[in-house]
Amino acid sequence: MTYDISIDGKQHRLDLNRAEGRWSCRLDGREVEVDAVLARPDVLSLRIGNQAYEVKCERVAGDMHLWVGSARFAAEVRDPRSLRGRGRAVDDQGPRKLTAPMPGKIVRVLVSQGAEVEAGAGVLVVEAMKMQNEIKSPKKGTIQKILVSEGAAVNAGDVLAIVE
Amino acid sequence: MFKKILIANRGEIAVRVIRACHEMGIAAVAVYSDVDRPALHVRKADEAYPIGAAAASESYLNIEKILDVAARSGADAIHPGYGFLSENAKFARACADAGVKFIGPTAAAMDAMGSKTRARQAMERAGVPLVPGTSRGLESFEQAEQVAARIGYPVMLKAAAGGGGKGMRLVHEPEELKSALEGARSEAERSFGDSEVYIEKAIINPRHIEMQVLADEHGNTVYLGERECSLQRRHQKVVEEAPSPIVDPDMRRKMGEVAVRVAQAAGYTNAGTVEFLVDQQKNFYFLEMNTRLQVEHPVTELVTGLDLVHLQIRIAAGQRLPFTQDEVQIRGHAIECRIYAEDPDNNYFPSPGKITLLLLPSGPGIRRDSGMYEGWTVPMDYDPLLAKLIGYGTDREQAISRLTRALNEYFVGGIKTNISLFRRILSDPDFRAAKLDTGFLDRLLKQKQAEAPADPKAIEVAVIAAGIFAAMGAAAAGAGEQVVGNHSTNSRPNPASNWKIAAHKEATR
Repeated sequence: MTYDISIDGKQHRLDLNRAEGRWSCRLDGREVEVDAVLARPDVLSLRIGNQAYEVKCERVAGDMHLWVGSARFAAEVRDPRSLRGRGRAVDDQGPRKLTAPMPGKIVRVLVSQGAEVEAGAGVLVVEAMKMQNEIKSPKKGTIQKILVSEGAAVNAGDVLAIVE
Repeated sequence: MFKKILIANRGEIAVRVIRACHEMGIAAVAVYSDVDRPALHVRKADEAYPIGAAAASESYLNIEKILDVAARSGADAIHPGYGFLSENAKFARACADAGVKFIGPTAAAMDAMGSKTRARQAMERAGVPLVPGTSRGLESFEQAEQVAARIGYPVMLKAAAGGGGKGMRLVHEPEELKSALEGARSEAERSFGDSEVYIEKAIINPRHIEMQVLADEHGNTVYLGERECSLQRRHQKVVEEAPSPIVDPDMRRKMGEVAVRVAQAAGYTNAGTVEFLVDQQKNFYFLEMNTRLQVEHPVTELVTGLDLVHLQIRIAAGQRLPFTQDEVQIRGHAIECRIYAEDPDNNYFPSPGKITLLLLPSGPGIRRDSGMYEGWTVPMDYDPLLAKLIGYGTDREQAISRLTRALNEYFVGGIKTNISLFRRILSDPDFRAAKLDTGFLDRLLKQKQAEAPADPKAIEVAVIAAGIFAAMGAAAAGAGEQVVGNHSTNSRPNPASNWKIAAHKEATR
């Protein structure tokens, strides 16, 4: 099996084969001696040479993160034979949406429609888990629209306001 | 002794009290809100009763429903834990009226201490040292202006009914006073249903040190030593330890005797905590009394060898304190970390969600009081405290090294927690040198963490592990979403994952 693996955005190629219960492994063309035991689901005990590691796998909403000690890495695994790719462009120009980072309640709207805001200025306050959190403007601009009112219940991802 | 105790709480503290009940051969009755049916305290209890919707006002704060369960289950006592109804004198009174013993002080003692202004008045009379300020609620903005000018800025506005930093504002200059007063009042009204706010001189970067007291119903009151609680964020404690590194036996005795005087002035019974602010010259001032078991009680338990919940129950059952002040000994050092479901990389936003993987620390000197388990979804409706990790050692240094080691063993996957923050705190040179004050954590968090380049060896390990997990397929996956390789983001959408996606977007933009 050959995988294209990206760790924190950097690409690596891994050739993995399993024969008679042992893994043979080439990482970016280099032979690596690996011994792996699945200690329990999502926990791998790895030996690379004689170095021992416990690697934890965190899977949330299609994202995979690997923990080596206290270091956390975003991992993407792709089979290069598969034609599917993923491209995500982040658009910093133009209008930006302010979304609720968690389900909660709007306790305050701090600016009105049409107001000028600096990047980082508070726009709304959302309360969840007894904590009030200020939702800040991601950019300098004008508040084009406020889509919620005080007291409204919101779900994670709901668009609360648009800043242009 | 009681036969059956109802625990009017949830989370780790409910589990803690259930454990004490079982150790004492007492049956434990849990109550739970709609979202807490799968909660750990329901699993551990002998009986469990639903009490309504997730909103605390519909369930854990609903006196009528809780007393109804007490009657139906035949519980002869109620332990309120901390938070919720624990400092509600009306509840204590309702328990007494219903013939159920409230495990805590009397309603009258709570009334005396529950309002911070009334507590200040009583302490003034008892000759207890107080921070300069008003001992009555502010009647007007003009009055606030006058008092602030008299005692000098900076000043602190505080809700009389307050706790947990709610309804509190630090005011540096006269211009900020008006909006701060309005903010404190509305937050106090919202949080406690009481907008009374008073004013105190702000002691800058004080230490926050509190004294545990215990009083039986026969007039015996003792102190069990102090806890250093200076590490706070937004007035919420984050790390606590006992003993305080700056308190010597002489200072402990002085503070302890004042604390006992405070408790006696209020006619206090059961477990309580007297909080002090300590300035740089080690002068201490009475701040308030917490009329409940504290979150951080385990550090006192470890250094005194006493079980505070057992003692609370025995005192409530009418027993005498089984020891005298002279028999209380402080031995070793204990430090507690409060593990919260919050995201350190995103301004400590709450991070509810499903726990996909949970690996637990153990070994010498480690105590873990937890309300979570693998596969459980942390609800968004309550305080994000998940668990407390407490390290104990012969001395402070050993407690720190054990705790550091245990934090490296602790792994909570699927949600964000503040575990990494404790690694930072425990390795900080000022923390190690015990240079602590209430501004410590804000200063630490302001320091940009030097972005250490990832260890190339760790990256290599991650690549190989990612490949092996993918090759093993679904069999290697735990309680998280079953995604092998991860181009299939269109797996079954659910609210939790939407939440995560949104949170992720928020965090990365």
